Amino acid sequence: MEGDLAHIGAGLAAIGSGAAAIGVGNVAGNFLSGALRNPSAAASQTATLFIGIAFAEALGIFSFLVALLLMFAV
Amino acid sequence: MLRHQVKGAKMAVETAAAEGEGGLVFHPMDQFIVEPLFGDGPVHWYTITNATLWMALAVVAVVALMVLATSRRATIPSRGQSIAEMAYGFVYKMVEDVAGKDAVGFFPYVMTLFMFIVFANFLGLIPMSFTTTSHFAVTVVLALAVFLTVTIYGFMKNGTKFLGLFWVSSAPLALRPILAIIEIISYFVRPVSHSIRLAGNVMAGHAVIKVFAGFAAIAVISPVSVVAITAMYGLEVLVAFIQAYVFTILTCVYLKDALHPGH
Repeated sequence: MEGDLAHIGAGLAAIGSGAAAIGVGNVAGNFLSGALRNPSAAASQTATLFIGIAFAEALGIFSFLVALLLMFAV
Repeated sequence: MLRHQVKGAKMAVETAAAEGEGGLVFHPMDQFIVEPLFGDGPVHWYTITNATLWMALAVVAVVALMVLATSRRATIPSRGQSIAEMAYGFVYKMVEDVAGKDAVGFFPYVMTLFMFIVFANFLGLIPMSFTTTSHFAVTVVLALAVFLTVTIYGFMKNGTKFLGLFWVSSAPLALRPILAIIEIISYFVRPVSHSIRLAGNVMAGHAVIKVFAGFAAIAVISPVSVVAITAMYGLEVLVAFIQAYVFTILTCVYLKDALHPGH
């Protein structure tokens, strides 16, 4: 089995996507709990929901990028 | 194991058999290789590659939907016309709601971005096709165009008041310089995150499908693999649309900053 420290680093960078999953789940879960309390206001806030998810997800994508760089560029 | 640069399928199968745990017959990133369409040789900036072809196809598809389908405008719309009208209304409402009523001048630009990305994403989902939006080169150009538009238009419209974007006037005075540094950094990271979000999501999804496809070569887990590919494909259809939506809505958010800077 070939492999070097870069592979271990790539695996460690993948933890970041788990952290992003927590963030996205937080955003979506809080949106849902708010939406169920006041369903009439929920429809107007879907854009905010997606913006929040996008920002939370961006950092997870960064860690994915770091993993890719370690796999293929280092 | 993923790092094996596999030259031929036969050799790869032998490698997989030798390892006894089922290696990948193909590399999951092979689908993103840009290669010339005619003959093979070095890729120059003018070389017609598979990326060129699929981007052109995306443009053709957008034109076909938005021009041909709406050319015979009927009171009772055809299927094509209602799709085109739905897309138009969807993006128009998004620009109006998120960026403000005075941003509708940017509607053609935002609409173009949305339609191109959504069609590039969906065309990339056709098996054996090439996903242009999975390449950072493509999405960085799109995001940089948005970034430059926002910056230049912000300074044109507001002059030096545009710098108020970085000066958080609602914060205590002592904190403002620190916040200004953070705001400036986050402003310049915008095109990076804007482009990487789209390319990263699309590329990751397609690579995962290929990884599962690699497992289909192993008889014991091939049913699982087929089910997993189907499920991932369904998710990818969703992601293809949502990422185009997110890219467009963030463009609107940034445009709002250009029109109304300051906190």
